[in-house]
Amino acid sequence: MSHHFPALLVIAPLLSAFFISGAGWLNRRFCLPLAVASLGVAGLSALSLFWRVVQQGPVLYRLGGWDPPWGIAYAVDFLNAPVLVLICIVALLNLWASHRQVEEQFKEKTGAFYTLYVLMVTGLLGITVTGDAFNLYVLLEIASLSGYGLIAMGEDRAPLATLNYVYMGTIGACFYLLGIGYLYIVTGSLNMADIARILPGLYENKAVLTALIICLVGLWLKMAFFPLHVWLPNAYTFAPVPSAALIAPLMTKVMVYVMIRLMLTVFTPGYVFSTLGINDAVVWFAVIAIVMGAILALGQRDLKKMISYIIVAEVGYMVGGAWLGNRAGMTGAILHIINDALMTLCLFLAVAAITYRMKSYTFSSLKGLIRKMPFTMGAFILGGLSIIGVPPTCGFFSKWYLITGALQAGHYGFMAALLFSSLVNVVLFFRIIEIGFFEPFNEGHGHGEHGPEPMNEAPLSILVPLWIVALGLVVVGVYTSEIITHVLQFAIPKAIL
Amino acid sequence: METVFSIKPLLAVLVSVAAVPFLIWSRNPNTRETWTFAAAFVKFGIVLSMLPAVLSGTQIVCKVAQVMPGMAIAFRVDALGMLFALVSSSLWIVTSAYSIGYMRGLNEHGQTRYFCFFALALSATIGVAFAANLFTLYLFYEMLSFATYPLVTHHQDQEARSSGRKYLLYIVGTSIGLVLPAMITAYALGGTLEFSTKGFLAGTGSPALLTALLFLFVFGFAKAAVMPLHSWLPAAMVAPTPVSALLHAVAVVKVGVFSVVRVITGVFGVDLLQSLHLSPVLTAVASVTILVGSFVALSQNNLKRLLAFSTIAQLSYIVLGLGLLSPKGMTGGILHIAMHAFGKITLFFCAGAIFVATGKKNISEMVGIGRRMPVTMSAFFLGSLSIIGVPPCGGFISKWYLVTGTLEANQMPILFVLLASSLLNAAYFMPVVYRAFFCTPEEALFENRVQEAPLFCVGPPVITAAISIILLFYPQPFFRLAESAVRAITGG
Repeated sequence: MSHHFPALLVIAPLLSAFFISGAGWLNRRFCLPLAVASLGVAGLSALSLFWRVVQQGPVLYRLGGWDPPWGIAYAVDFLNAPVLVLICIVALLNLWASHRQVEEQFKEKTGAFYTLYVLMVTGLLGITVTGDAFNLYVLLEIASLSGYGLIAMGEDRAPLATLNYVYMGTIGACFYLLGIGYLYIVTGSLNMADIARILPGLYENKAVLTALIICLVGLWLKMAFFPLHVWLPNAYTFAPVPSAALIAPLMTKVMVYVMIRLMLTVFTPGYVFSTLGINDAVVWFAVIAIVMGAILALGQRDLKKMISYIIVAEVGYMVGGAWLGNRAGMTGAILHIINDALMTLCLFLAVAAITYRMKSYTFSSLKGLIRKMPFTMGAFILGGLSIIGVPPTCGFFSKWYLITGALQAGHYGFMAALLFSSLVNVVLFFRIIEIGFFEPFNEGHGHGEHGPEPMNEAPLSILVPLWIVALGLVVVGVYTSEIITHVLQFAIPKAIL
Repeated sequence: METVFSIKPLLAVLVSVAAVPFLIWSRNPNTRETWTFAAAFVKFGIVLSMLPAVLSGTQIVCKVAQVMPGMAIAFRVDALGMLFALVSSSLWIVTSAYSIGYMRGLNEHGQTRYFCFFALALSATIGVAFAANLFTLYLFYEMLSFATYPLVTHHQDQEARSSGRKYLLYIVGTSIGLVLPAMITAYALGGTLEFSTKGFLAGTGSPALLTALLFLFVFGFAKAAVMPLHSWLPAAMVAPTPVSALLHAVAVVKVGVFSVVRVITGVFGVDLLQSLHLSPVLTAVASVTILVGSFVALSQNNLKRLLAFSTIAQLSYIVLGLGLLSPKGMTGGILHIAMHAFGKITLFFCAGAIFVATGKKNISEMVGIGRRMPVTMSAFFLGSLSIIGVPPCGGFISKWYLVTGTLEANQMPILFVLLASSLLNAAYFMPVVYRAFFCTPEEALFENRVQEAPLFCVGPPVITAAISIILLFYPQPFFRLAESAVRAITGG
């Protein structure tokens, strides 16, 4: 049984999606337990795979017993094992936090929501676990299509935002498919390891170069790498909070993972960093992404939009770190996949708590919130400190590696962009703290005890997962050393110094 | 040098954080303040219990967590850190008493929040004092920045909000914008962040790069309020006076200079700075701050703002002492951390006591106040003598050493800076005292009837003023700590 975990990871949620959809028709009460059970199975599989990889090294699984390159291979190694665990943890915590809101908000559509939710997680897990470039495309479409559905369930301008996302996302996925097509023409293989074995003789081939560029552009569209980000802010803002809190932490991060996978496993670092010679240009694009993301975030007047633009900046962190071409930068980028997913989840769960009580997420609805919702705001501030990069939260450590990487590569523009974005983040989060702490002014602070303050805290079902994530930020930060020495350092090929 | 492993440093840091839940869940203010006192005394006790070992030349080490390869959260108690921890933990006790008098006297809101963040701030301060490496120091430095923000903005009005902005802009802006890249560069150069008595940067980079690094650190630790990054401190005076007293005369600002001292001695090392000929530059930067700060203080009418500018000038005495790179000068600088603390906190306590008793903030409104508050104003007089640096107060000793340090380092211009500064100190403090006691009955704005602030407001300045005097006659243990810290640095 245990050696089937890589398949179980995808099969369990995939199958349960059908049952959840059926339960949605028959009896909605069964939807949530089914979703939790399937994601729980996936989570346990991911954990045990992670453990096996750390103990014994990479795991290769042949779907249906067919040997690669003919059959589809699922490969779990030091790079994707932590991402698998991350996806399951984020999906489960968000499910815990948002089930109450889902049932209140969607009513008869509850079944549909959970079906799409589980399908989306299936897609993300599949993208991460697969060792087959074409299979990755299939799972990417599963994740994307269910993601569109999840976002379109929102109110207001959600359908329009989704349409925008569908156009951009489909173009992105097509680009990726086209790139894989080129690779298939040249190498005759779709298995990543196999392609990597064949490619070295073909590095001079223009088709290989085209394949890489097209793949990258497709992935950048999908991960909202500036200026290909225009779909993201509206999609995440108008999505219902339970959807946004799943998609925002995971979708862009998994796409960054795919980019790093292509760079490290398929095209090999030697080709990507030396032969190609575009890394400097890509890092400069990342600099622009970081700076523009930060500036655009400054202009927003509601929480979800602000966090969306922060994500645009954070994508710049990861792309830039990965393309610096040295070990520190790559470590920072991979570490930031984990850290940024957790930070974004923390912020979005806090937004979920705020919208649950205030029915709004604009800045003006935050007045006096530190008094009304101290626990929610406490976790929100912790998440904000991590985004700013204050030790010992995890955001500091990935930033440390990214800056070290920039320094070693002599790329001072990237270093300056990282510092600039940190400073802008201070402004962004303390602006919110100011609104929550000082306003409204007319209540006559100053002298005299106000007596017992009216507290209107979110329900425990949101607060507990929220605080698990918030404290997780500190725990992951303190255990950075363990993560790097036991996992990440093996994820990066020795060729990268 | 002998090292002993012990978790005492960690306990000393954590004890006030551990008190926070008790502060929140106390049912009435008296229980809450009891917890504050308990935490303060326990903290002081733990620090004090390490004193004999440190005096005998032992270092107490404690590694908490390895957070990154080659980087740990770790504590090491040496003479320098001990001196600073001793000052801040002892003054926390006095300030807690004063806080009760002040906050209750003015019937302030949000007292629980106030005492909680005060406790957090003290944890961070001790964390900085005992930090064994630059990373740990930075961690607690940042923690202190964020823990003091709600204290500075306690009144939650427009003024507090804009001051809070300025506070964060300067403090956090510099720590992220300047110190963080400097720290990462130092790590990339030296391969470590552990403080050592000889520094770890010698022979690692070009002189230009190292010079740039030094100034990134000196200006980046903006809590030290070296000009031109000083103006957060006068703005932060909107805080309740106990906050100004302990944090903006002792803990926060001293954390800033302490960090600068650590960087000068533990990261660069005296030998390296001497070979780079950076002593004149450092002392020049400090001198400018001393003179300009004092001149600006002359023109202040608001008493707390005057004290703020005086603090800005006095902090640079410490930077100046270290910048001299001579044993006597460094002893004086380190000793000034303690001497200035006791003098300046007295002055802040008095300013707050006046505000509680009369509601007056401006010096022009304090003519004849000595008639009404003779005890407070006597304490004020003693505190200002300590800052000016004349007997019978402890400030005399540190200034004496600073002056001999300038002779030792053969930097005569600095000697004149110190003398001029003393005159300026006298020029802005003495009129306040004089006008308080000596004026015609027509000029006096107060009746000739003694009416002091509540006991909890008057007691603390009397105590700290008394300690200031005692420190002249009995400067040990601070003196021995400063001496052994300098011995460790210079290796003599």
